[in-house]
Amino acid sequence: MAEQSTVAEQSAVADQSAVTDGAARRIPTVVADRVDIVYRVNGTGVGRGSATAALNRILRGRKAEQAAGVRKVHAVRSVSFTAYRGEAIGLIGTNGSGKSTLLKAVAGLLPVEHGRIYTDGQPSLLGVNAALMNDLTGERNVYLGGLAMGMSREQVRERYQEIVDFSGINEKGDFITLPMRTYSSGMAARLRFSIAAAKDHDVLMIDEALATGDRSFQKRSEARIRELRKSAGTVFLVSHNNKSIRDTCDRVLWLERGELRLDGPTEEVLKEYEKFTGGGGKG
Amino acid sequence: MSQVLDTPSPAPAVPYDEHADHDDPAALAARYGLTVSGARPTLPAYVRQLWARRHFITAFATAKLTAQYSQAKLGQVWQVATPLLNAAVYYFIFGVLMGTSRGVPDYVPFLVTGVFVWTFTQSSIMAGTRAISGSLGLVRALHFPRAALPVSYALQQLQQLLFSMAALVVILLCFGVPVGVSWLLAVPTLALQFVFNAGVAMIVARLGARTPDIAQLMPFLLRTWMYVSGVMWSIDRVLSGHPDMPRVVLLALQCNPAAVYIDLMRFALIDSFRAGQLPHHVWALAVGWALLAGVGGFIYFWKAEETYGRG
Repeated sequence: MAEQSTVAEQSAVADQSAVTDGAARRIPTVVADRVDIVYRVNGTGVGRGSATAALNRILRGRKAEQAAGVRKVHAVRSVSFTAYRGEAIGLIGTNGSGKSTLLKAVAGLLPVEHGRIYTDGQPSLLGVNAALMNDLTGERNVYLGGLAMGMSREQVRERYQEIVDFSGINEKGDFITLPMRTYSSGMAARLRFSIAAAKDHDVLMIDEALATGDRSFQKRSEARIRELRKSAGTVFLVSHNNKSIRDTCDRVLWLERGELRLDGPTEEVLKEYEKFTGGGGKG
Repeated sequence: MSQVLDTPSPAPAVPYDEHADHDDPAALAARYGLTVSGARPTLPAYVRQLWARRHFITAFATAKLTAQYSQAKLGQVWQVATPLLNAAVYYFIFGVLMGTSRGVPDYVPFLVTGVFVWTFTQSSIMAGTRAISGSLGLVRALHFPRAALPVSYALQQLQQLLFSMAALVVILLCFGVPVGVSWLLAVPTLALQFVFNAGVAMIVARLGARTPDIAQLMPFLLRTWMYVSGVMWSIDRVLSGHPDMPRVVLLALQCNPAAVYIDLMRFALIDSFRAGQLPHHVWALAVGWALLAGVGGFIYFWKAEETYGRG
Protein backbone atom coordinates (compact mmCIF):
# COMPACT_ATOMS: atom_id res chain seq x y z
CA MET A 1 0.00 0.00 0.00
CA ALA A 2 2.67 2.40 1.09
CA GLU A 3 4.67 1.67 -2.02
CA GLN A 4 1.79 2.25 -4.32
CA SER A 5 0.96 5.59 -2.88
CA THR A 6 4.62 6.50 -3.40
CA VAL A 7 4.24 5.51 -7.02
CA ALA A 8 1.19 7.70 -7.22
CA GLU A 9 3.01 10.66 -5.81
CA GLN A 10 5.97 10.15 -8.09
CA SER A 11 3.85 9.82 -11.16
CA ALA A 12 1.87 12.88 -10.20
CA VAL A 13 5.11 14.80 -9.78
CA ALA A 14 6.52 13.52 -13.05
CA ASP A 15 3.30 14.42 -14.72
CA GLN A 16 3.21 17.91 -13.32
CA SER A 17 6.70 18.64 -14.58
CA ALA A 18 5.83 17.25 -17.99
CA VAL A 19 2.94 19.64 -18.19
CA THR A 20 4.93 22.66 -17.12
CA ASP A 21 7.76 21.73 -19.49
CA GLY A 22 5.52 20.92 -22.36
CA ALA A 23 3.58 24.15 -21.92
CA ALA A 24 1.23 23.02 -24.69
CA ARG A 25 -2.04 21.68 -23.35
CA ARG A 26 -2.35 17.91 -23.66
CA ILE A 27 -5.05 16.76 -25.99
CA PRO A 28 -6.92 13.60 -25.00
CA THR A 29 -7.47 11.01 -27.73
CA VAL A 30 -9.04 8.17 -25.75
CA VAL A 31 -11.12 8.57 -22.60
CA ALA A 32 -12.32 5.42 -20.86
CA ASP A 33 -14.93 6.07 -18.19
CA ARG A 34 -15.55 3.19 -15.77
CA VAL A 35 -15.65 0.57 -18.49
CA ASP A 36 -17.11 -2.88 -17.81
CA ILE A 37 -17.00 -5.63 -20.39
CA VAL A 38 -18.90 -8.88 -19.98
CA TYR A 39 -18.79 -11.90 -22.26
CA ARG A 40 -21.78 -14.23 -22.34
CA VAL A 41 -20.99 -17.84 -23.14
CA ASN A 42 -23.74 -20.22 -24.29
CA GLY A 43 -23.79 -23.93 -23.76
CA THR A 44 -21.81 -24.17 -20.56
CA GLY A 45 -24.73 -25.70 -18.72
CA VAL A 46 -23.88 -29.13 -17.35
CA GLY A 47 -26.04 -32.10 -16.62
CA ARG A 48 -29.68 -31.58 -15.85
CA GLY A 49 -31.98 -30.66 -18.69
CA SER A 50 -29.73 -28.44 -20.74
CA ALA A 51 -32.04 -28.72 -23.76
CA THR A 52 -35.13 -27.59 -21.90
CA ALA A 53 -33.02 -24.97 -20.20
CA ALA A 54 -31.96 -23.68 -23.59
CA LEU A 55 -35.56 -23.52 -24.75
CA ASN A 56 -36.45 -21.72 -21.58
CA ARG A 57 -33.68 -19.26 -22.25
CA ILE A 58 -34.87 -18.51 -25.76
CA LEU A 59 -38.46 -18.07 -24.68
CA ARG A 60 -37.86 -16.04 -21.54
CA GLY A 61 -34.78 -14.10 -22.59
CA ARG A 62 -32.30 -12.52 -20.21
CA LYS A 63 -34.06 -13.40 -16.98
CA ALA A 64 -33.57 -17.11 -17.43
CA GLU A 65 -29.93 -16.81 -18.41
CA GLN A 66 -28.47 -17.61 -15.04
CA ALA A 67 -30.67 -20.62 -14.62
CA ALA A 68 -30.01 -21.90 -18.09
CA GLY A 69 -26.26 -22.22 -18.05
CA VAL A 70 -25.27 -18.99 -19.74
CA ARG A 71 -22.07 -17.99 -18.04
CA LYS A 72 -21.01 -14.42 -17.73
CA VAL A 73 -17.34 -13.70 -17.88
CA HIS A 74 -16.56 -10.32 -16.42
CA ALA A 75 -13.46 -9.55 -18.46
CA VAL A 76 -12.91 -5.88 -17.64
CA ARG A 77 -14.09 -4.21 -14.44
CA SER A 78 -14.55 -0.49 -14.06
CA VAL A 79 -11.41 0.64 -15.86
CA SER A 80 -10.89 4.38 -16.34
CA PHE A 81 -8.00 6.16 -18.03
CA THR A 82 -7.28 9.03 -20.36
CA ALA A 83 -4.76 8.74 -23.16
CA TYR A 84 -3.24 11.82 -24.75
CA ARG A 85 -1.90 12.62 -28.18
CA GLY A 86 1.72 11.58 -28.65
CA GLU A 87 1.68 8.95 -25.91
CA ALA A 88 2.74 5.36 -26.36
CA ILE A 89 0.97 3.27 -23.77
CA GLY A 90 1.84 -0.30 -22.89
CA LEU A 91 -0.74 -2.73 -21.55
CA ILE A 92 0.60 -5.46 -19.31
CA GLY A 93 -0.89 -8.16 -17.15
CA THR A 94 -0.88 -11.93 -16.86
CA ASN A 95 -2.73 -14.07 -19.41
CA GLY A 96 -6.47 -13.54 -19.36
CA SER A 97 -6.30 -10.27 -17.49
CA GLY A 98 -8.40 -8.45 -20.09
CA LYS A 99 -5.77 -6.57 -22.08
CA SER A 100 -6.90 -7.57 -25.56
CA THR A 101 -10.54 -7.26 -24.59
CA LEU A 102 -9.98 -3.70 -23.44
CA LEU A 103 -8.24 -2.82 -26.70
CA LYS A 104 -11.08 -4.26 -28.73
CA ALA A 105 -13.56 -2.20 -26.79
CA VAL A 106 -11.51 0.95 -27.41
CA ALA A 107 -11.56 0.07 -31.10
CA GLY A 108 -15.36 -0.13 -30.90
CA LEU A 109 -15.33 -3.81 -31.80
CA LEU A 110 -16.73 -5.11 -28.53
CA PRO A 111 -19.72 -3.48 -26.85
CA VAL A 112 -19.25 -2.34 -23.27
CA GLU A 113 -21.63 -3.45 -20.55
CA HIS A 114 -21.40 -0.26 -18.47
CA GLY A 115 -19.43 2.93 -18.84
CA ARG A 116 -18.31 4.74 -21.94
CA ILE A 117 -15.28 4.98 -24.16
CA TYR A 118 -14.75 8.24 -26.01
CA THR A 119 -12.28 8.36 -28.87
CA ASP A 120 -10.87 10.83 -31.35
CA GLY A 121 -11.63 9.41 -34.78
CA GLN A 122 -11.64 5.67 -35.30
CA PRO A 123 -9.00 3.73 -33.39
CA SER A 124 -7.83 0.64 -35.22
CA LEU A 125 -6.25 -2.62 -34.21
CA LEU A 126 -3.12 -3.56 -36.09
CA GLY A 127 -4.04 -6.81 -37.77
CA VAL A 128 -5.93 -8.06 -40.79
CA ASN A 129 -5.56 -11.79 -40.25
CA ALA A 130 -9.28 -12.40 -40.15
CA ALA A 131 -9.90 -10.79 -43.54
CA LEU A 132 -7.32 -12.85 -45.42
CA MET A 133 -8.12 -16.13 -47.15
CA ASN A 134 -5.63 -18.96 -47.31
CA ASP A 135 -6.90 -20.21 -50.66
CA LEU A 136 -6.14 -16.95 -52.43
CA THR A 137 -2.80 -15.77 -53.74
CA GLY A 138 -0.68 -13.39 -51.71
CA GLU A 139 -1.36 -10.72 -54.29
CA ARG A 140 -5.14 -10.90 -53.95
CA ASN A 141 -4.79 -10.99 -50.19
CA VAL A 142 -2.87 -7.72 -50.25
CA TYR A 143 -5.83 -6.14 -52.04
CA LEU A 144 -8.44 -7.82 -49.87
CA GLY A 145 -6.65 -6.90 -46.65
CA GLY A 146 -6.11 -3.31 -47.74
CA LEU A 147 -9.76 -2.89 -48.70
CA ALA A 148 -10.87 -4.52 -45.46
CA MET A 149 -8.88 -1.92 -43.52
CA GLY A 150 -10.73 0.80 -45.37
CA MET A 151 -8.18 1.76 -48.00
CA SER A 152 -9.36 2.56 -51.51
CA ARG A 153 -8.33 0.47 -54.52
CA GLU A 154 -5.98 3.25 -55.66
CA GLN A 155 -4.31 3.47 -52.25
CA VAL A 156 -3.69 -0.27 -52.26
CA ARG A 157 -2.32 -0.11 -55.80
CA GLU A 158 0.07 2.68 -54.81
CA ARG A 159 1.31 0.82 -51.76
CA TYR A 160 1.28 -2.65 -53.34
CA GLN A 161 4.97 -2.81 -54.29
CA GLU A 162 5.97 -1.32 -50.95
CA ILE A 163 3.97 -3.98 -49.08
CA VAL A 164 5.44 -6.86 -51.09
CA ASP A 165 8.99 -5.54 -50.76
CA PHE A 166 8.59 -4.99 -47.03
CA SER A 167 7.29 -8.50 -46.48
CA GLY A 168 10.25 -9.93 -48.36
CA ILE A 169 7.98 -12.67 -49.75
CA ASN A 170 9.53 -12.40 -53.19
CA GLU A 171 13.12 -12.62 -51.95
CA LYS A 172 13.18 -16.37 -52.59
CA GLY A 173 11.23 -16.43 -55.85
CA ASP A 174 7.84 -15.38 -57.11
CA PHE A 175 5.78 -16.47 -54.12
CA ILE A 176 3.30 -13.63 -54.08
CA THR A 177 1.35 -15.24 -56.93
CA LEU A 178 0.98 -18.52 -55.01
CA PRO A 179 -1.94 -19.25 -52.66
CA MET A 180 -1.24 -18.27 -49.07
CA ARG A 181 -1.81 -21.83 -47.86
CA THR A 182 1.50 -22.76 -49.52
CA TYR A 183 3.45 -20.25 -47.41
CA SER A 184 5.43 -21.26 -44.37
CA SER A 185 3.94 -19.91 -41.16
CA GLY A 186 6.74 -17.36 -40.91
CA MET A 187 6.17 -16.10 -44.44
CA ALA A 188 2.43 -15.81 -43.89
CA ALA A 189 2.99 -13.89 -40.66
CA ARG A 190 5.34 -11.50 -42.46
CA LEU A 191 2.84 -10.82 -45.21
CA ARG A 192 0.07 -10.27 -42.68
CA PHE A 193 2.13 -7.78 -40.73
CA SER A 194 3.18 -5.97 -43.90
CA ILE A 195 -0.41 -5.55 -45.03
CA ALA A 196 -1.56 -4.43 -41.59
CA ALA A 197 1.26 -1.91 -41.22
CA ALA A 198 0.62 -0.32 -44.61
CA LYS A 199 -2.05 2.02 -43.30
CA ASP A 200 -1.56 5.09 -41.13
CA HIS A 201 -3.79 5.41 -38.09
CA ASP A 202 -4.86 8.13 -35.66
CA VAL A 203 -5.00 5.81 -32.71
CA LEU A 204 -3.13 2.59 -33.30
CA MET A 205 -3.37 -0.53 -31.19
CA ILE A 206 -0.85 -3.31 -31.48
CA ASP A 207 -1.50 -6.68 -29.92
CA GLU A 208 1.75 -8.62 -29.58
CA ALA A 209 2.56 -8.04 -33.22
CA LEU A 210 6.25 -7.52 -32.68
CA ALA A 211 7.29 -11.13 -32.44
CA THR A 212 6.74 -12.33 -36.01
CA GLY A 213 9.20 -13.68 -38.53
CA ASP A 214 12.94 -14.08 -38.31
CA ARG A 215 15.41 -11.71 -36.66
CA SER A 216 15.93 -9.42 -39.65
CA PHE A 217 12.19 -9.09 -40.20
CA GLN A 218 11.64 -8.35 -36.52
CA LYS A 219 14.08 -5.47 -36.77
CA ARG A 220 12.31 -4.14 -39.84
CA SER A 221 8.93 -4.39 -38.18
CA GLU A 222 10.12 -2.65 -35.03
CA ALA A 223 11.38 0.19 -37.19
CA ARG A 224 8.04 0.31 -38.99
CA ILE A 225 6.18 0.45 -35.69
CA ARG A 226 8.33 3.40 -34.61
CA GLU A 227 7.40 5.10 -37.89
CA LEU A 228 3.73 4.36 -37.32
CA ARG A 229 4.09 5.75 -33.82
CA LYS A 230 5.31 9.04 -35.20
CA SER A 231 2.44 9.40 -37.65
CA ALA A 232 -0.18 8.04 -35.23
CA GLY A 233 -1.60 10.22 -32.50
CA THR A 234 -1.55 7.58 -29.79
CA VAL A 235 -0.20 4.05 -29.69
CA PHE A 236 -1.32 1.18 -27.45
CA LEU A 237 0.89 -1.88 -27.25
CA VAL A 238 -0.07 -5.19 -25.65
CA SER A 239 2.91 -7.39 -25.01
CA HIS A 240 4.36 -9.91 -22.62
CA ASN A 241 7.82 -8.84 -23.62
CA ASN A 242 8.84 -6.27 -21.03
CA LYS A 243 11.79 -5.25 -23.18
CA SER A 244 9.67 -4.20 -26.11
CA ILE A 245 7.39 -2.31 -23.70
CA ARG A 246 10.43 -0.51 -22.29
CA ASP A 247 11.67 0.31 -25.80
CA THR A 248 8.38 1.64 -27.11
CA CYS A 249 6.24 2.95 -24.29
CA ASP A 250 6.47 5.87 -21.91
CA ARG A 251 3.38 4.97 -19.90
CA VAL A 252 2.03 1.60 -18.81
CA LEU A 253 -1.38 0.35 -17.70
CA TRP A 254 -1.29 -2.83 -15.64
CA LEU A 255 -4.47 -4.91 -15.74
CA GLU A 256 -5.05 -7.82 -13.41
CA ARG A 257 -8.28 -9.85 -13.39
CA GLY A 258 -9.92 -7.13 -15.41
CA GLU A 259 -9.05 -4.41 -12.93
CA LEU A 260 -6.64 -1.58 -13.49
CA ARG A 261 -3.96 -2.12 -10.87
CA LEU A 262 -1.48 0.56 -11.78
CA ASP A 263 -1.17 3.37 -14.27
CA GLY A 264 2.07 5.29 -14.47
CA PRO A 265 5.49 5.76 -16.05
CA THR A 266 6.90 2.61 -17.63
CA GLU A 267 9.77 1.93 -15.23
CA GLU A 268 7.74 2.20 -12.06
CA VAL A 269 4.86 0.05 -13.20
CA LEU A 270 7.15 -2.57 -14.68
CA LYS A 271 9.10 -2.78 -11.44
CA GLU A 272 5.92 -3.52 -9.51
CA TYR A 273 4.74 -5.94 -12.18
CA GLU A 274 7.99 -7.88 -12.19
CA LYS A 275 7.86 -8.12 -8.43
CA PHE A 276 4.29 -9.41 -8.67
CA THR A 277 4.90 -12.06 -11.33
CA GLY A 278 8.23 -13.11 -9.83
CA GLY A 279 6.68 -13.54 -6.39
CA GLY A 280 3.68 -15.38 -7.80
CA GLY A 281 5.95 -17.77 -9.67
CA LYS A 282 7.90 -18.77 -6.62
CA GLY A 283 4.80 -19.18 -4.49
CA MET B 1 5.47 -23.31 -12.72
CA SER B 2 2.31 -22.40 -10.97
CA GLN B 3 0.50 -19.37 -12.22
CA VAL B 4 -1.58 -19.00 -9.10
CA LEU B 5 -1.40 -15.37 -8.29
CA ASP B 6 -2.39 -13.50 -5.21
CA THR B 7 -5.63 -11.71 -5.40
CA PRO B 8 -4.68 -8.15 -6.14
CA SER B 9 -4.65 -6.02 -3.06
CA PRO B 10 -7.68 -3.77 -2.95
CA ALA B 11 -5.54 -0.72 -3.68
CA PRO B 12 -7.46 1.30 -6.22
CA ALA B 13 -5.87 2.11 -9.54
CA VAL B 14 -3.88 5.28 -9.38
CA PRO B 15 -5.09 7.71 -11.98
CA TYR B 16 -2.06 9.03 -13.76
CA ASP B 17 -3.61 12.20 -14.98
CA GLU B 18 -5.87 13.13 -12.14
CA HIS B 19 -4.55 16.62 -11.84
CA ALA B 20 -5.08 17.39 -15.51
CA ASP B 21 -8.83 17.62 -15.61
CA HIS B 22 -10.91 17.38 -12.53
CA ASP B 23 -14.22 17.39 -14.32
CA ASP B 24 -15.87 14.15 -15.33
CA PRO B 25 -14.74 12.15 -18.38
CA ALA B 26 -17.85 12.88 -20.39
CA ALA B 27 -17.28 16.62 -20.15
CA LEU B 28 -13.60 16.19 -20.99
CA ALA B 29 -14.51 14.12 -24.03
CA ALA B 30 -17.09 16.64 -25.12
CA ARG B 31 -14.63 19.52 -24.79
CA TYR B 32 -12.17 17.89 -27.18
CA GLY B 33 -14.82 16.63 -29.57
CA LEU B 34 -14.32 12.94 -28.81
CA THR B 35 -17.10 10.60 -29.84
CA VAL B 36 -18.39 7.46 -28.16
CA SER B 37 -16.50 4.45 -29.49
CA GLY B 38 -18.63 1.76 -31.06
CA ALA B 39 -21.78 3.87 -31.08
CA ARG B 40 -24.24 3.27 -33.87
CA PRO B 41 -23.94 5.86 -36.64
CA THR B 42 -27.02 7.66 -37.93
CA LEU B 43 -28.79 6.02 -40.85
CA PRO B 44 -27.49 8.45 -43.51
CA ALA B 45 -23.94 8.18 -42.11
CA TYR B 46 -24.29 4.41 -42.17
CA VAL B 47 -25.33 4.44 -45.81
CA ARG B 48 -22.32 6.62 -46.63
CA GLN B 49 -19.95 4.30 -44.75
CA LEU B 50 -21.38 1.31 -46.55
CA TRP B 51 -21.01 3.03 -49.91
CA ALA B 52 -17.39 3.90 -49.08
CA ARG B 53 -16.76 0.18 -48.52
CA ARG B 54 -18.29 -0.94 -51.84
CA HIS B 55 -14.90 -2.09 -53.15
CA PHE B 56 -14.42 -4.24 -50.10
CA ILE B 57 -17.89 -5.72 -50.56
CA THR B 58 -17.21 -6.74 -54.16
CA ALA B 59 -13.65 -7.91 -53.45
CA PHE B 60 -14.83 -10.00 -50.51
CA ALA B 61 -17.62 -11.60 -52.57
CA THR B 62 -15.30 -12.43 -55.47
CA ALA B 63 -12.63 -13.74 -53.12
CA LYS B 64 -15.13 -16.05 -51.40
CA LEU B 65 -16.37 -17.29 -54.75
CA THR B 66 -12.89 -18.00 -56.08
CA ALA B 67 -11.69 -19.59 -52.86
CA GLN B 68 -14.64 -22.00 -52.97
CA TYR B 69 -13.26 -24.31 -55.67
CA SER B 70 -9.59 -23.36 -55.56
CA GLN B 71 -8.55 -26.75 -54.16
CA ALA B 72 -10.52 -28.79 -56.72
CA LYS B 73 -8.69 -30.23 -59.70
CA LEU B 74 -11.29 -28.92 -62.12
CA GLY B 75 -11.19 -25.55 -60.40
CA GLN B 76 -13.66 -22.95 -61.58
CA VAL B 77 -15.37 -25.46 -63.95
CA TRP B 78 -17.41 -26.42 -60.89
CA GLN B 79 -19.05 -23.00 -60.94
CA VAL B 80 -21.00 -24.19 -63.99
CA ALA B 81 -20.93 -27.94 -63.33
CA THR B 82 -22.58 -27.74 -59.89
CA PRO B 83 -25.80 -26.03 -61.06
CA LEU B 84 -25.98 -28.35 -64.08
CA LEU B 85 -25.76 -31.44 -61.88
CA ASN B 86 -28.40 -29.97 -59.59
CA ALA B 87 -30.71 -29.48 -62.52
CA ALA B 88 -30.09 -33.05 -63.70
CA VAL B 89 -31.06 -34.47 -60.30
CA TYR B 90 -34.28 -32.45 -60.15
CA TYR B 91 -35.13 -33.47 -63.71
CA PHE B 92 -34.63 -37.15 -62.85
CA ILE B 93 -36.86 -36.97 -59.79
CA PHE B 94 -39.63 -34.59 -60.82
CA GLY B 95 -39.57 -34.96 -64.57
CA VAL B 96 -38.95 -38.69 -65.00
CA LEU B 97 -39.97 -40.41 -61.76
CA MET B 98 -42.90 -38.30 -60.59
CA GLY B 99 -44.12 -37.00 -63.88
CA THR B 100 -44.72 -33.43 -62.75
CA SER B 101 -43.87 -32.46 -66.28
CA ARG B 102 -47.24 -33.51 -67.73
CA GLY B 103 -48.93 -30.58 -69.34
CA VAL B 104 -46.00 -28.19 -68.89
CA PRO B 105 -44.47 -27.27 -72.25
CA ASP B 106 -40.66 -26.99 -72.34
CA TYR B 107 -40.47 -28.76 -68.98
CA VAL B 108 -36.68 -28.93 -68.76
CA PRO B 109 -36.10 -25.18 -69.34
CA PHE B 110 -39.05 -24.51 -67.00
CA LEU B 111 -37.55 -26.66 -64.25
CA VAL B 112 -33.95 -25.53 -64.62
CA THR B 113 -34.89 -21.84 -64.60
CA GLY B 114 -36.94 -22.42 -61.47
CA VAL B 115 -34.15 -24.32 -59.72
CA PHE B 116 -31.47 -21.73 -60.51
CA VAL B 117 -33.55 -18.72 -59.54
CA TRP B 118 -34.73 -20.42 -56.37
CA THR B 119 -31.18 -21.48 -55.46
CA PHE B 120 -30.13 -17.83 -55.64
CA THR B 121 -32.65 -16.84 -52.98
CA GLN B 122 -32.09 -19.95 -50.91
CA SER B 123 -28.32 -19.72 -50.71
CA SER B 124 -28.38 -15.96 -50.11
CA ILE B 125 -30.57 -16.53 -47.07
CA MET B 126 -28.51 -19.47 -45.84
CA ALA B 127 -25.29 -17.47 -46.20
CA GLY B 128 -27.03 -14.53 -44.53
CA THR B 129 -27.80 -16.47 -41.35
CA ARG B 130 -24.09 -17.10 -40.90
CA ALA B 131 -22.91 -13.75 -42.23
CA ILE B 132 -22.19 -12.33 -38.78
CA SER B 133 -21.97 -15.42 -36.59
CA GLY B 134 -19.61 -17.11 -39.05
CA SER B 135 -17.34 -14.09 -39.47
CA LEU B 136 -16.88 -13.17 -35.82
CA GLY B 137 -13.13 -13.04 -36.27
CA LEU B 138 -13.52 -10.39 -38.92
CA VAL B 139 -16.15 -8.49 -36.96
CA ARG B 140 -13.96 -8.43 -33.86
CA ALA B 141 -10.78 -7.42 -35.66
CA LEU B 142 -11.74 -4.74 -38.14
CA HIS B 143 -14.03 -1.79 -38.23
CA PHE B 144 -16.50 -1.55 -41.09
CA PRO B 145 -20.28 -1.25 -41.42
CA ARG B 146 -21.43 -4.78 -40.64
CA ALA B 147 -24.09 -4.69 -43.36
CA ALA B 148 -21.15 -5.16 -45.73
CA LEU B 149 -21.11 -8.84 -44.75
CA PRO B 150 -24.67 -9.96 -45.61
CA VAL B 151 -24.64 -7.78 -48.73
CA SER B 152 -21.34 -9.29 -49.75
CA TYR B 153 -22.65 -12.82 -49.27
CA ALA B 154 -25.73 -12.01 -51.35
CA LEU B 155 -23.46 -10.56 -54.03
CA GLN B 156 -21.39 -13.75 -54.02
CA GLN B 157 -24.58 -15.70 -54.73
CA LEU B 158 -25.45 -13.28 -57.52
CA GLN B 159 -22.07 -13.94 -59.13
CA GLN B 160 -22.68 -17.64 -58.69
CA LEU B 161 -26.06 -17.24 -60.37
CA LEU B 162 -24.48 -15.50 -63.35
CA PHE B 163 -22.40 -18.64 -63.92
CA SER B 164 -25.58 -20.69 -63.65
CA MET B 165 -27.31 -18.39 -66.14
CA ALA B 166 -24.53 -19.10 -68.64
CA ALA B 167 -25.27 -22.81 -68.20
CA LEU B 168 -28.97 -22.06 -68.48
CA VAL B 169 -28.53 -20.31 -71.83
CA VAL B 170 -26.82 -23.42 -73.17
CA ILE B 171 -29.67 -25.62 -71.90
CA LEU B 172 -32.31 -23.29 -73.38
CA LEU B 173 -30.64 -23.35 -76.79
CA CYS B 174 -30.24 -27.14 -76.66
CA PHE B 175 -33.98 -27.52 -76.04
CA GLY B 176 -34.82 -25.23 -78.92
CA VAL B 177 -36.07 -22.21 -76.98
CA PRO B 178 -35.65 -19.25 -79.35
CA VAL B 179 -33.60 -16.21 -78.38
CA GLY B 180 -35.93 -13.24 -77.93
CA VAL B 181 -35.98 -9.57 -76.96
CA SER B 182 -37.78 -10.60 -73.79
CA TRP B 183 -34.51 -12.11 -72.54
CA LEU B 184 -33.52 -8.56 -71.61
CA LEU B 185 -36.22 -8.64 -68.91
CA ALA B 186 -33.94 -11.05 -67.05
CA VAL B 187 -31.75 -8.09 -66.05
CA PRO B 188 -34.32 -6.05 -64.07
CA THR B 189 -35.70 -9.29 -62.64
CA LEU B 190 -32.28 -10.28 -61.31
CA ALA B 191 -31.65 -6.78 -59.96
CA LEU B 192 -34.93 -6.79 -58.04
CA GLN B 193 -34.36 -10.30 -56.78
CA PHE B 194 -30.89 -9.34 -55.61
CA VAL B 195 -32.26 -6.42 -53.58
CA PHE B 196 -34.90 -8.72 -52.09
CA ASN B 197 -32.31 -11.39 -51.24
CA ALA B 198 -29.88 -8.93 -49.72
CA GLY B 199 -32.67 -7.50 -47.57
CA VAL B 200 -33.76 -10.90 -46.28
CA ALA B 201 -30.10 -11.83 -45.76
CA MET B 202 -29.70 -8.77 -43.51
CA ILE B 203 -32.77 -9.73 -41.49
CA VAL B 204 -31.61 -13.29 -40.91
CA ALA B 205 -28.05 -12.06 -40.29
CA ARG B 206 -29.27 -10.05 -37.31
CA LEU B 207 -31.37 -12.98 -36.07
CA GLY B 208 -28.47 -15.39 -36.59
CA ALA B 209 -26.03 -13.09 -34.81
CA ARG B 210 -28.17 -13.12 -31.66
CA THR B 211 -29.38 -16.73 -31.92
CA PRO B 212 -27.03 -18.90 -33.99
CA ASP B 213 -29.59 -21.72 -33.78
CA ILE B 214 -31.47 -20.04 -36.65
CA ALA B 215 -28.90 -21.58 -38.98
CA GLN B 216 -30.07 -25.06 -37.92
CA LEU B 217 -33.72 -24.22 -38.44
CA MET B 218 -33.39 -22.37 -41.71
CA PRO B 219 -32.94 -25.35 -44.09
CA PHE B 220 -36.38 -26.68 -43.07
CA LEU B 221 -38.09 -23.33 -43.52
CA LEU B 222 -36.41 -22.89 -46.88
CA ARG B 223 -37.36 -26.34 -48.09
CA THR B 224 -41.01 -25.71 -47.20
CA TRP B 225 -40.83 -22.38 -48.97
CA MET B 226 -39.35 -24.06 -52.04
CA TYR B 227 -42.16 -26.59 -52.34
CA VAL B 228 -44.86 -23.90 -52.28
CA SER B 229 -43.00 -21.66 -54.71
CA GLY B 230 -43.65 -23.69 -57.83
CA VAL B 231 -40.04 -24.47 -58.51
CA MET B 232 -40.79 -27.92 -59.98
CA TRP B 233 -44.45 -27.51 -60.80
CA SER B 234 -46.56 -24.87 -62.45
CA ILE B 235 -48.67 -23.00 -59.89
CA ASP B 236 -50.95 -21.83 -62.69
CA ARG B 237 -51.64 -25.36 -63.95
CA VAL B 238 -52.21 -26.92 -60.55
CA LEU B 239 -54.58 -24.11 -59.59
CA SER B 240 -56.64 -24.48 -62.74
CA GLY B 241 -57.07 -28.16 -61.77
CA HIS B 242 -58.55 -27.11 -58.41
CA PRO B 243 -61.14 -24.41 -59.05
CA ASP B 244 -62.51 -24.84 -55.52
CA MET B 245 -59.22 -23.62 -53.95
CA PRO B 246 -59.88 -20.85 -51.37
CA ARG B 247 -59.05 -17.40 -52.67
CA VAL B 248 -56.63 -16.65 -49.82
CA VAL B 249 -54.48 -19.66 -50.67
CA LEU B 250 -54.48 -18.70 -54.32
CA LEU B 251 -53.48 -15.14 -53.50
CA ALA B 252 -50.76 -16.27 -51.09
CA LEU B 253 -49.30 -18.66 -53.65
CA GLN B 254 -49.23 -15.99 -56.32
CA CYS B 255 -47.84 -13.17 -54.16
CA ASN B 256 -45.07 -15.32 -52.74
CA PRO B 257 -41.91 -13.34 -53.64
CA ALA B 258 -39.94 -16.42 -54.67
CA ALA B 259 -42.72 -17.47 -57.04
CA VAL B 260 -42.94 -13.93 -58.44
CA TYR B 261 -39.24 -13.80 -59.33
CA ILE B 262 -39.20 -17.35 -60.67
CA ASP B 263 -42.21 -16.75 -62.90
CA LEU B 264 -40.82 -13.44 -64.13
CA MET B 265 -37.59 -15.14 -65.12
CA ARG B 266 -39.51 -17.92 -66.91
CA PHE B 267 -41.61 -15.33 -68.68
CA ALA B 268 -38.43 -13.52 -69.75
CA LEU B 269 -36.58 -16.56 -71.04
CA ILE B 270 -39.09 -19.18 -72.21
CA ASP B 271 -41.38 -18.25 -75.11
CA SER B 272 -44.01 -20.88 -74.28
CA PHE B 273 -44.45 -19.32 -70.81
CA ARG B 274 -47.13 -16.74 -71.54
CA ALA B 275 -47.99 -13.51 -69.78
CA GLY B 276 -51.35 -15.03 -68.85
CA GLN B 277 -49.58 -17.41 -66.49
CA LEU B 278 -48.17 -14.50 -64.46
CA PRO B 279 -50.10 -13.20 -61.46
CA HIS B 280 -51.76 -9.80 -61.82
CA HIS B 281 -49.57 -6.71 -61.22
CA VAL B 282 -46.50 -8.91 -61.29
CA TRP B 283 -43.98 -6.09 -61.71
CA ALA B 284 -45.56 -4.10 -58.89
CA LEU B 285 -45.23 -7.19 -56.71
CA ALA B 286 -41.61 -7.68 -57.72
CA VAL B 287 -40.67 -4.06 -57.01
CA GLY B 288 -42.72 -3.98 -53.83
CA TRP B 289 -41.11 -7.06 -52.36
CA ALA B 290 -37.64 -5.79 -53.27
CA LEU B 291 -38.27 -2.42 -51.61
CA LEU B 292 -39.95 -3.89 -48.57
CA ALA B 293 -37.20 -6.44 -47.91
CA GLY B 294 -34.33 -4.21 -49.03
CA VAL B 295 -35.19 -1.06 -47.09
CA GLY B 296 -36.83 -2.85 -44.17
CA GLY B 297 -33.99 -5.36 -43.87
CA PHE B 298 -31.37 -2.64 -43.99
CA ILE B 299 -33.00 -0.59 -41.25
CA TYR B 300 -33.64 -3.67 -39.13
CA PHE B 301 -29.99 -4.69 -39.46
CA TRP B 302 -28.70 -1.19 -38.74
CA LYS B 303 -30.75 -0.99 -35.52
CA ALA B 304 -28.47 -3.56 -33.90
CA GLU B 305 -25.22 -2.43 -35.54
CA GLU B 306 -23.38 -1.79 -32.26
CA THR B 307 -24.20 -5.19 -30.79
CA TYR B 308 -22.63 -7.41 -33.45
CA GLY B 309 -19.55 -9.19 -32.19
CA ARG B 310 -20.64 -9.63 -28.61
CA GLY B 311 -20.27 -12.90 -26.76
